[in-house]
Amino acid sequence: MKFASLIVANLLRRKLRTGLTLVSVTVAFILYAYLSAIRVGLSQGVDVAGADRMLVWHAVSLAQPLPLSYLDRIKRIPGVDLVVHQSWFGGIYQNPRNFFAQMPVDPEPFLRMYPEFLLPEAQKQAWLRTRTGAIAGRATAERFGWKVGDRIPLQTGIWTKQDGSMTWEFDLVGIFDGAKQGTDTTPFYFRYDYFDETRRIGKGLVGWYVVRVTDPDLAPQVARAINEEFANSSAEVKAESEKAFLQGWAKQVGDIGTILTAILTAVFFTILLVAGNTMAQSVRERTEELGVLKAVGFTHEQVLGLVLVESCLLSGLGAAVGLGIGRVLTAAGDPTGGALPVFFFPPRDMVLGAGLGVLLGLASGALPAWQAMRLRVADALRRG
Amino acid sequence: MKPAAGDSSSALVQVRGVEKYYQRGTERVHVLEELDLEVKRGEFLALMGPSGSGKSTLLNLIGGLDRPSRGSVTVAGERMERLDERGLAAWRARHIGFVFQFYNLLPALTAARNVELPLLLTLLGRADRRRRVELALSIVGLGHRLKHHPAQLSGGEQQRVGIARAIVTDPTLLLCDEPTGDLDRTSGEAVLDLLHTLCRQHGKTIIMVTHDPHASARADRTVFLYKGRIVDAIPA
Ligand SMILES: Nc1ncnc2c1ncn2[C@@H]1O[C@H](COP(=O)(O)OP(=O)(O)OP(=O)(O)O)[C@@H](O)[C@H]1O
Ligand SMILES: [Mg+2]
Repeated sequence: MKFASLIVANLLRRKLRTGLTLVSVTVAFILYAYLSAIRVGLSQGVDVAGADRMLVWHAVSLAQPLPLSYLDRIKRIPGVDLVVHQSWFGGIYQNPRNFFAQMPVDPEPFLRMYPEFLLPEAQKQAWLRTRTGAIAGRATAERFGWKVGDRIPLQTGIWTKQDGSMTWEFDLVGIFDGAKQGTDTTPFYFRYDYFDETRRIGKGLVGWYVVRVTDPDLAPQVARAINEEFANSSAEVKAESEKAFLQGWAKQVGDIGTILTAILTAVFFTILLVAGNTMAQSVRERTEELGVLKAVGFTHEQVLGLVLVESCLLSGLGAAVGLGIGRVLTAAGDPTGGALPVFFFPPRDMVLGAGLGVLLGLASGALPAWQAMRLRVADALRRG
Repeated sequence: MKPAAGDSSSALVQVRGVEKYYQRGTERVHVLEELDLEVKRGEFLALMGPSGSGKSTLLNLIGGLDRPSRGSVTVAGERMERLDERGLAAWRARHIGFVFQFYNLLPALTAARNVELPLLLTLLGRADRRRRVELALSIVGLGHRLKHHPAQLSGGEQQRVGIARAIVTDPTLLLCDEPTGDLDRTSGEAVLDLLHTLCRQHGKTIIMVTHDPHASARADRTVFLYKGRIVDAIPA
């Protein structure tokens, strides 16, 4: 610690240069925070997917419906703990750009299936009482300024009602929060019984099933049993774990993750050159000073350490400030207005970023520090 | 011509058969040849000679900043070829104070911080370091300039800060390479007075390289170096 003033004084002797380098490093880490959040958004939910949940859908495509009667048959398969169904509604709220998912479900088992959706008990009871009731995730409720008690109209091009109308109105009886940071709180759920009764076509059909197994280890066997149960039937099915399904979706989005990594690599390489150049210049212009330090008794290793600590301080400070700002900025949520329902800077990436900051410091300081260490006093002072 | 080898108790510095050469390509450049020198404890020695005669090289060898190609350098009973790099650094910190022609203060640090540098390597606490720094700066007459940065000091004052840095660890031996070389007569005189006082009143042994006969006149003895050898007088 007694060397602190020496190190700080060295960093401050060229305030502009140190400042500019610091800003570069900071900007790089803000970018890092953003790209991390985007990556999370693109692979949304994969990290928080339940290991014990499986999706069962029509073997031909996700768009093909399955009969509601499959529910009881799946329930009877050994290893199955709970089954719920979901369907795609695809309605429009005011404007097609206001995209969010809407699905009819069976409220009671649905809420048991998804314990990560936190809904106050009173609101749950209200939902069970109200046939036209619906619940919305916090993100969507806040996005449109909805309050419990509001009537939410959704336009649809598919689900004509018995009365011929294409506008469905739901009573918002609850707003749910996510138990984890990665929980998607954009969807909107309403009651299947009301939906099925009111729609003109497609009665008795559902979009897909979500199955919870008693033991995650049994998932592959249960999946096989489900596939076999409906083999050779009119609608064959395909069962897959929730995680695998979400990963598959993320892959479809494209290898954007790879592109993000490439961008980050390029950014950090540039920053490495910037910080490395700053350190190299700083060491070069201090040759005599480093010689003096050695003359008064600093060892080669101590001089190496001084330079390394200096570069780590520079990069570390830039990283800390950048990660901090990135954290605050990404906390504002999805910047795209709907395309990335899950958008946050995960703590794991924050820790990784801190490590990256230290690594940057070591890498940018390595060569100058090594030169400083090798410097012979007699040569260093000869230049004076 | 020198005291017998056995009589080493009074010799603080013993240079024996030292040679120093540099390899420049295939050519070997001899800088010091067959050099013997003894400096007594408490002596104020001036080292003179033309540019390139090897004065700084010799000073560096005595100060443990460099190693001889052949021969041995013993200071305060320690044979320096026996010390490794780390041992040499520690030894320098304890026994040697360097004063340079261009002061070589760290511009980013205040006078007090500059003087404190060698103390950072000791186990002294903050308060002890502070006391020592203030004492050293008051000895050189700059007790009132603690917070000044080098750029705010005159050349003579900077050199006195340099001397304070050299004496702050209370070393046995002060090695000064042209300490007045960059100063006007008055400031140079003040620095010489200071070195003289350090030798007489504080018992420091001083080896001072100089081109200035005025400066060497203040020393107890003057040694002449010519083409890497000690001579009685510089040939005209
Ligand atoms: N690292 C080195 N490589 C090659 N030659 C060197 C090296 N260091 C010193 N020399 C040579 O050794 C000789 C003596 O140098 P030194 O610095 O000791 O002279 P000096 O007497 O101190 O001169 P001055 O009065 O100019 O300071 C010079 O000719 C110099 O070029
Ligand atoms: Mg010289």
